[in-house]
Amino acid sequence: MGVGIEVRDLNAWFGKAQILKEVNMTVGPNAVTAVIGPSGCGKSTYVRCLNRMHETNPDAKLTGSVKVGDKEIYESGIDAVDVRRKIGMVFQKPNPFPTMSIYDNVAAGLRLNGFNKRHELDAAVEGSLKMAALWDEVKDVLKKKSGASLSGGQQQRLCIARALAVQPELLLMDEPASALDPISTGKIEELIFQLKTQYTVVIVTHNMQQAARVADYTGFFLMGKLIEFDKTEKIFTTPSDKRTEDYITGRFG
Amino acid sequence: MRTRFQLGLDELKERLLEMGGMAEAAIELAADAYRKRDGRLAQQVFEREKLINQSERTIDELSVDLLAMQQPMATDLRFVLAVLKINSDLERVGDLAVNIAQRAVNLAQEPEIEVPVDITRMTTAVSTMVRRALESFLSAKSEVAQAVLEMDSIVDRMKDEAFISLVGQMKAHPERIRAYLDVLLISRSLERIADHATNIAEDVIFWVSGDDVRHNVRLSQEPDTDATPNH
Repeated sequence: MGVGIEVRDLNAWFGKAQILKEVNMTVGPNAVTAVIGPSGCGKSTYVRCLNRMHETNPDAKLTGSVKVGDKEIYESGIDAVDVRRKIGMVFQKPNPFPTMSIYDNVAAGLRLNGFNKRHELDAAVEGSLKMAALWDEVKDVLKKKSGASLSGGQQQRLCIARALAVQPELLLMDEPASALDPISTGKIEELIFQLKTQYTVVIVTHNMQQAARVADYTGFFLMGKLIEFDKTEKIFTTPSDKRTEDYITGRFG
Repeated sequence: MRTRFQLGLDELKERLLEMGGMAEAAIELAADAYRKRDGRLAQQVFEREKLINQSERTIDELSVDLLAMQQPMATDLRFVLAVLKINSDLERVGDLAVNIAQRAVNLAQEPEIEVPVDITRMTTAVSTMVRRALESFLSAKSEVAQAVLEMDSIVDRMKDEAFISLVGQMKAHPERIRAYLDVLLISRSLERIADHATNIAEDVIFWVSGDDVRHNVRLSQEPDTDATPNH
């Protein structure tokens, strides 16, 4: 089951540049939340703060609190690597391990976590590929083909399967379909809809129609601030803030 | 700024106002046809209605094109939805003007009757409602639209009074039932036009503020069970 997220007074910097300013957001479990906003608004940084990826940049700094489920992920003593294992992330550009087989790509995270029994790995790989709606397309070539041999859309679903294999509590997606054709995009969107029965999903997207199609909640970021956060239908029909209205109607700037 | 999209929205607004002007003129002509018992004026209403129907189709097509190709959001989406509904209301106004004109033609063929109802006053009230509803659309002002909603009960009362008076006349002059029935149906058509003006005003409020005020209910409020339905 997915878990809720509670973000309080989140500020993030790269060097002296403040990227996020006092962000507060509460996301319920088993919901899809879209994060939208113009380039440079801080939306990618925001999701990278949700799994402690932000601090992988040496110039990065952060204050505030992020609770995933009932755990404060920035509490002292919490291992950032452990946090990242529990929170799956899918990036804009599919990044399968190019030389590994499809099977090994999905099993990689499990092996790192100490799973080595064949039947456990087989079951987890099959389950994850089914969940990512890729199983039927690759079940006959699991160990024969490499991750890199798949199409862009298949590679992205492979990355989603890889993220799901370790049974994350939360799935973060940073523009997961922006490099894909409309058919592959449709498959990813359908997948996101299916995933929310078991996961909490946060998706960054530049495509507002995509946010409207897949998300239960939408947050609009502008210059590092969360301007508005509400049910998706409210944001796209009657937003409360004029800046949100201007952005989604294309009157921004 | 999306220039092509904005041009599309502007065109939609312009065409709807043009259609509104035709609908307003049709009401006035139909009322004149009644007042003067003039079949030629009635004929002009029939011709105008064809243009209104043509406008309805054009506006529908433009709206569907904008929805399909530009995927409007927020205020723009509400605008296109409001235009589609107002378009349908204006087309019905055209139909009702035709109904009035047809009754006027009938009455012109009947012996003169004494009409105890001020149809001209009712027409003025109804035309004002339609004009103000269109003004609220032109200026995007909820308060102008709100004023239209408040006028609807006045026209409803006029129609109720007309009904009582005309039924009384029918009883007193059964040989003139057909003529009085024509007048009664004219008052009913006028009252229905007022309802369509009310719908237009409600759609303008929805477009401008996002509030759904139909059936005397605001968004996220329970229905007012004591309220008189205005449709």
